[in-house]
Amino acid sequence: MFILNHLWVIIALPLAGSMLTLLAGRHWPKKAVNLSSVGFPVLAFASYCELVREFFALNPAAPVIKDYFTWMVAGNFRVDFALQVDQLTIVMLGVVTFVGMLIHIYSVGYMAHEDGYYRFFAEMNLFMFFMSTLVMSANLVLLFVGWEGVGLCSYLLISFFFTKKSAADAGKKAFITTRIGDWGFTIGILMTFWLFKAVDYQTIFAKVANMPVEGMHHWGALTVICLLLLAGAIGKSAQLPLYVWLPDAMEGPTPVSALIHAATMVTAGVYMVARMNPFFSHSPAAALTVAIIGAVTALYAATIALAQTDIKKVLAYSTISQLGYMFLACGVGAYAAGIFHLMTHAFFKALLFLAAGSVIHAMGGEQNMFNMGGLRKKIPWTYGTMLVATLAISGAPLFAGFFSKDQILFDAYAGINANFLLYGLGTLGALITACYMFRLIFLTFHGKPRFDEHRVHVHESPKVMVVPMVILAFLSIVGGWFVLPTYFGGKDSFQAFLEPVFAGSNALAQQMRPGYVEPPHSLEYEMAAIAVGVALLGFLIALYLYILKPNAAKKLATGMRPIYQLLLRKYYVDELYGAVVIGPLIWLSRNVLWKVIDVGLIDGSVNGLAFLSRRVGGGLRHMQGGNERSYATWVVIGAVAVTVFFVWMVR
Amino acid sequence: MDGALVQNQSYVLTVLTFFPLFGTFALLLLKGDDHVWIRRLTLITSIIEFILSLFLLRGFDLGNGSYQFEEFHNWIPSLQIHYHMGIDGISLFLVLLTTFLTPLAVLCSWKSIQTHVKEFFAMLLVLEMGMVGVFCSLDLFLFFLFWEVMLIPMYFLIGIWGHGRKIYAALKFILYTMLGSILMLVAILWLYRVAHTFDLPAIQFMLSHGQLSLPWSTELLMFLAFMLAFAIKVPLFPLHTWLPDAHTEAPTAGSVILAGVLLKMGTYGMLRFCLPLFPEAAHRAAPVIAVLAIIGIVYAALVAMIQHDLKRLVAYTSVSHLGFVVLGIFVFNPTAMEGAIYQMLNHGVSTGVLFLVCGMLYDRRHTYEIKEFGGLAKPMPILCAFFLFACLSSLALPMLNGFVGEFMILIGVFDAHHFAWATWAATGAILSAVYLLWAYQRVALEKITVEKNAALPDASTRERVILIVASVVILFMGIFSPLFTHRMDATTNALLQQMRATASYEARARQSHSLTPRVAARQQNAHELAMRSVSLERRAQP
Repeated sequence: MFILNHLWVIIALPLAGSMLTLLAGRHWPKKAVNLSSVGFPVLAFASYCELVREFFALNPAAPVIKDYFTWMVAGNFRVDFALQVDQLTIVMLGVVTFVGMLIHIYSVGYMAHEDGYYRFFAEMNLFMFFMSTLVMSANLVLLFVGWEGVGLCSYLLISFFFTKKSAADAGKKAFITTRIGDWGFTIGILMTFWLFKAVDYQTIFAKVANMPVEGMHHWGALTVICLLLLAGAIGKSAQLPLYVWLPDAMEGPTPVSALIHAATMVTAGVYMVARMNPFFSHSPAAALTVAIIGAVTALYAATIALAQTDIKKVLAYSTISQLGYMFLACGVGAYAAGIFHLMTHAFFKALLFLAAGSVIHAMGGEQNMFNMGGLRKKIPWTYGTMLVATLAISGAPLFAGFFSKDQILFDAYAGINANFLLYGLGTLGALITACYMFRLIFLTFHGKPRFDEHRVHVHESPKVMVVPMVILAFLSIVGGWFVLPTYFGGKDSFQAFLEPVFAGSNALAQQMRPGYVEPPHSLEYEMAAIAVGVALLGFLIALYLYILKPNAAKKLATGMRPIYQLLLRKYYVDELYGAVVIGPLIWLSRNVLWKVIDVGLIDGSVNGLAFLSRRVGGGLRHMQGGNERSYATWVVIGAVAVTVFFVWMVR
Repeated sequence: MDGALVQNQSYVLTVLTFFPLFGTFALLLLKGDDHVWIRRLTLITSIIEFILSLFLLRGFDLGNGSYQFEEFHNWIPSLQIHYHMGIDGISLFLVLLTTFLTPLAVLCSWKSIQTHVKEFFAMLLVLEMGMVGVFCSLDLFLFFLFWEVMLIPMYFLIGIWGHGRKIYAALKFILYTMLGSILMLVAILWLYRVAHTFDLPAIQFMLSHGQLSLPWSTELLMFLAFMLAFAIKVPLFPLHTWLPDAHTEAPTAGSVILAGVLLKMGTYGMLRFCLPLFPEAAHRAAPVIAVLAIIGIVYAALVAMIQHDLKRLVAYTSVSHLGFVVLGIFVFNPTAMEGAIYQMLNHGVSTGVLFLVCGMLYDRRHTYEIKEFGGLAKPMPILCAFFLFACLSSLALPMLNGFVGEFMILIGVFDAHHFAWATWAATGAILSAVYLLWAYQRVALEKITVEKNAALPDASTRERVILIVASVVILFMGIFSPLFTHRMDATTNALLQQMRATASYEARARQSHSLTPRVAARQQNAHELAMRSVSLERRAQP
């Protein structure tokens, strides 16, 4: 039980790697940097494997909590640096350490020719540290530490090519936009402490279990807390209306996009909502909000992805859309389904990004899909793995994404908090997902090359990049097979594993809907059939537009020009924010607050006072000019004044 | 409050206060052009001073909420003026902050001060004496003395070694501060007329035991007089406009000390005088002060955002951050109060580093204009890395010091049921990310636009030492905050307890009209004072 007793090892390993590489990496040869910066994540994954073994051996009923030291204490407020492991942590930590390790290996090949090699790996390792802290924290404030820490690493890595203005802008935008959400998160934590006088999960979950469920229209403190926490999740997981930073974040190196902006960090919001499920299950209003935001975002981002030309931007919007599905799942109370999709998504979306990176690598830096085409034969491994991932995300039967997305849609349609409208949005999103993903595949790999083949020497990536992709492709296929038995009337082993974490919420939901009966088993097949049909339709549309009738897409775009422009310009949301928030705020600060109030009003009156006193002094100076006659005049005036004063007093 | 009757005299604080003066005298013996030894001597003096101050940590009693290391001598007996020194959990770390920042200020002036070197370093040491004295003195008269003494070297530091409109800035600084201190002096004299002593612990004792009670109007006026002096010093919106000028024109060492220590005297004064002496006035004025503090947080952050002068930008961030401290003090909640004290230290260190970085950039380019920079991370990666680190500390990244203080304040404010205040104050966290990261981008990232910048040297060994030491402290304070806050617990609890006691006595005294409060106070007071002076004289004799 070494790791279970020493949980700190898992977060300390990547931290050590980061510090070592940061401090010494400048002077090291590349091999040494590789050894330290890939070695530590590998060790972290190894200790994770040992942790899983010990966890299953012990099979604890309650979370294992290790308290290390008191981090903050003042008055009645106290926060410990405490780590915990339960079933949810096991799943999340697995995604983080495993996918993280693969992407570190991939980066050795991808980043080989970049400046600041050691800096990249130091920051990646630091990210692993904060992300592990985030999922292992035993209280809300420590969660927030990881939360802000991964935000910092995201900032550093997005602006990795900092001499590019667009990269520097994107990093800053990502940090600030998520900070807006974190404002809500912070107040949510403050309110949690105010309500429960504690911030550790164990205490607050125990206390919330004894509270009544709040009404849909009669909001209490819990609903407010949940909505505030949700604000943080919206910022971190790039949901409407704070998603704008994620597409820009594609300025970072592609492994960063794969690790941080697809597989792990952006899922932190989903993790947090799932972690706080005892809160959300007590507030139907907040849960419904989660579901609505998720479903709307899923569809909204998918439509934007349809019109993007940059291969990474398509994937970015796809990520936003898929995160929307996870929120939808959590919102309708299907937390396990949401986490399940989080896991499969981590596999196939990380793979999509790595493969896209491989394409970009092969094309010598080109990212516009309209300048690609016909790459299928030249980079077969990349094509093969990317096709697998595309099938997975589109929901082709037996691929990982099929199971997880199907479960979410099933729960949205027939689950305990089912909502047909949300189901409809999700299904429409699934159609568009298949459509834009195959559009990407067709534009990139099929058709004729649309680039100068003499100038660009397309080459397959080295083994160090291909092997991680193949492993992820394998998982994109089998990653969903946990739930295969359910289709034959068996048990969903993934859901059963997570049951201890969500048991309270599930029981509460049953209690709220006493009349609810499990849908008949045949419904599973019907739903699956609809999902497959929808995906197939999306595939056919893409096939028709981009392979069978190559001019049809162009015609469609010119025929529906306004709509196409709207999608291409991403609904003009960036422009809207610029015009409504950022512009006026800067104008107000510069022209009103600074120039008028600070310099004009406050300083002006201070300087005015100084000026006035100088003038008064200058005037009074003439009273004492040494002229006897003027002195005499003043004496007389003074005498008169004193007399008048006394007379007035006496009267 | 028997602890106020000095049990065993301690000389630590006297040594600590006046030790820098020895350095000053030693400097005077050196030749004016012996720059190397002038610097070395000042550095050695300030480092010894810092090491001496560390002994305070060893002897400090965690469980004792009243004053420690007390020293009491009669000074002007006819006026009841005493030489009374002592520290508690509030001033302990402010003394340490002062002695920690002074060596850094000396080091950062190593190369950049080339004229009147001897006078400069002499001034710096006199300033240190004044600052330590302010935090240690427990006699109102003595406090006022140090308060004024400290202004003089600062005035010269800005006026002689500053840049740009230095005379204007120095004059503005001194006039603003003087305006406040004159009113404070009036209030001190008035308080003396009522209490017949300048001794702070004695007055506190009388107030909290019902032996002295101030009529409401008196209390309010005195509170306002003290408060104005401190609010200017902090500075609280809208009294802040001296600060950007003073900071921008001051030499780097001046800015570091000004932001690091001098601003804290305002918030220290509120904790030391306004709260315990005038609790009811403090309670009633709290909404106004808290709202001003919150306006300061948001307003200064927005104004900082659009500055084109890097140093002025950092100066405005001080207004914003000190708003948090004032807010934390005026909700009268132990968590928020400890957060406020902690945030004073944090702000001292992190803003200190920001000013140090500004100074290092100025040494190289002789400008603070942001648009003169850009792309500096290429030629000087190390300096920019520390710059970013200080920015992160200032924008309250968890695990760095700024977060701990700010978060404790917010928790306390919210826990005291001031929901709207906490909500508004928390927007400061968004805005600080905006202005700091934007400034960092314009200074360090993107392409080099000014050709000269491409060949700038990275941080020298001396500069690295400064930055590493400060950064280690930033990280340490972010992780091991209980080491600090545990030493504040007893004092904050005692302070809040005493405020409650005083307020309840005053309320009772104001209800009974049979005897006018002031007369009652005088009668009891005379007796108490007689007892007190007897016991003190007895102890003074060996």
